[in-house]
Amino acid sequence: MRKNGFARHALIETLHTVQSSFGYLDDDSIRFVALSLRVPLSQAYGVATFYHYFTLKPPGKHTVTVCAGTACYIKGADKLIAAAEKQLGLKQGQTTPDGQISLMTARCVGACSRAPVVLCDGEVVGEMNDEQMLEQLERWAVE
Amino acid sequence: MTIEELEQIAKSVKQENQKYDYEVNVCMDLACASQGAGALKDALVKAAEASGKTILVRRTGCMGPCSHGPLVRIDPDDTLYHRVKAERAEAIVGSLGAAPVSELQCDLNEHFDKQVRVVLENAGYIDPEKIDDYISRDGYKGLLTVLAEMTPNGVVHRIIESGLRGRGGGGYPTGLKWSTVAKAAGDIKYVVCNGDEGDPGAFMDRSVMEGDPHRVIEGMAIAAYAVGASKGFIYVRAEYPVAVSRLTTALREARRHGLLGNNISNTPFSFDIEIRLGAGAFVCGEETALIASIEGKRGTPKPRPPYPASSGLWGKPTLINNVETYANIAPIIRNGGKWFFNMGSERSKGTKVFALTGKIANTGLVEVPMGIKLREIIEVIGGGVPDGHTFKAVQTGGPSGGCIPTEMLDVGVSYDALLKMGSIMGSGGMIVMDDTSCMVNVARFFIEFCMTESCGKCIPCRAGTAQMFTLLTRICNGAGTMDDLALLEDLCGTVKETSLCGLGQTAPNPVLSTLKYFRNEYIEHIVNKRCPAGVCNIEAAVEVVA
Repeated sequence: MRKNGFARHALIETLHTVQSSFGYLDDDSIRFVALSLRVPLSQAYGVATFYHYFTLKPPGKHTVTVCAGTACYIKGADKLIAAAEKQLGLKQGQTTPDGQISLMTARCVGACSRAPVVLCDGEVVGEMNDEQMLEQLERWAVE
Repeated sequence: MTIEELEQIAKSVKQENQKYDYEVNVCMDLACASQGAGALKDALVKAAEASGKTILVRRTGCMGPCSHGPLVRIDPDDTLYHRVKAERAEAIVGSLGAAPVSELQCDLNEHFDKQVRVVLENAGYIDPEKIDDYISRDGYKGLLTVLAEMTPNGVVHRIIESGLRGRGGGGYPTGLKWSTVAKAAGDIKYVVCNGDEGDPGAFMDRSVMEGDPHRVIEGMAIAAYAVGASKGFIYVRAEYPVAVSRLTTALREARRHGLLGNNISNTPFSFDIEIRLGAGAFVCGEETALIASIEGKRGTPKPRPPYPASSGLWGKPTLINNVETYANIAPIIRNGGKWFFNMGSERSKGTKVFALTGKIANTGLVEVPMGIKLREIIEVIGGGVPDGHTFKAVQTGGPSGGCIPTEMLDVGVSYDALLKMGSIMGSGGMIVMDDTSCMVNVARFFIEFCMTESCGKCIPCRAGTAQMFTLLTRICNGAGTMDDLALLEDLCGTVKETSLCGLGQTAPNPVLSTLKYFRNEYIEHIVNKRCPAGVCNIEAAVEVVA
């Protein structure tokens, strides 16, 4: 916040910083940011929920993000998502009850030439297939 | 910083590079990096040191044919190696001065011969984090020439003369936009770079920002001088962390060299740029929504007029252009408007970068002159559809565009031609589909995208896309009727005509274009309860109906 001179218009920047430090935005942090930047709480909450990038729930220890952009979809990303949902027993956007793995989807990470793309804890893995991904999930389930 | 000093830097970089007998350029763009380019570069550096030869190993931005990655190019021989594994580093270094490693050599002459590189001229030749590399390839010469020799009006005229049109999708004449902002009254004006590349399947803006960030900064600075702005913002998607860090480094270097900041090159012109992060909202590519997002609000569009050119960021006149548009500015200033005007087709000038993806042999970035036939892009540059499948359609313009069938492939690429075919130029995504893709399913995918990304401000878009999604899902499941099809077409018209912003107005395009060219696939789903491509899972639904 200080970096941006407590400017009100730096709300999104500030929320980014909070999320990258804590992994998600909880009620307390949104309240604190709104108070410090002197923006209405409703605006801060509105912004936090409007943008897909912000999450209000704590993520799992590991995150697997399947890219659901067009190129990845054409090359079978939907099947990857279905396979992962089945394996983990949850829906996209959720975290396993033990807090080990979160399954997310992304709107294009810009590596379309390597579709389908999966981000494993932020690392881009291109031309992913079912077995490869399920293997990774199994490894993470115990780590 | 003066032009003489700039030339001095360029000269010293060239002298420095001449010390090396060979340059080994490693593409470190996301696609190559995900295939092990990082380890490869380390291995090359190690092998180069051990060999005793004088070799410069350089990290570069995207070279283009990503499906062949990791790519390595040797200069001055201009040998291109593809699919290089780290363990082959010694073989490559060992071959320098002798015959090249033949099994790694790749023959993509056809792929490159058809291309004309303006925006991507430096990609694969410079280290994106070194401003000196950019300067050695005539970087910032355009900006300093403008400051020393041209009036703001002269700059605007040169851009008008070039015939450049906005590369973000709409194709609005850039010169006209600049002159509107330049004429707008007010002391404070802003220049904004739209780097919110939301179109899934397009990544040319990311490549430019990551591979040649100074080009964007120079373009923005020239624009700021032309319209009389002193502050700029680059709005980048948060999904592109590398682009953000490269731009941050580039801004810092430019400031240190006195190319940004107060009284640039000892003139009264002052300009600086801030980076703003997006947060994952497709609608923020729309200019009024983008402005709201920079102001720290929810990214919802506003009705236009007033256009941002007269009342934009914080109510001030604001110039918004796409990354690729700014990337074209410096070459136009350097080579003249005529030079640019002579490239391309009648009403679409210059070149366009396309991100070629999907079911095609050579995926990656290509830059072609406007007016080139789609068939040439797909069959010659792209290398055709692999694995014995047949080409079915090419999707351009992302969720706002349409699908173009085989019959239309001989049309030259231009803003107007694509619009006439029911698609749009868009930011330049080009996704090739073969006979294993179901067009109804693809249309449903795009509508789902628009439904999720709709900001919810106006009803036609919010409710219309949701209804269209329901209808398309029903057709995909084999439960649709011919009445559904009629309703769908009707709805497309309504949403297209009554939505507030570009997102809603173009959302029906994928449905309309597939209905136009692939109507039989819809009918096959409805009447025969069959998916010709075998994508949709119809049996399950039919059983329920029966």
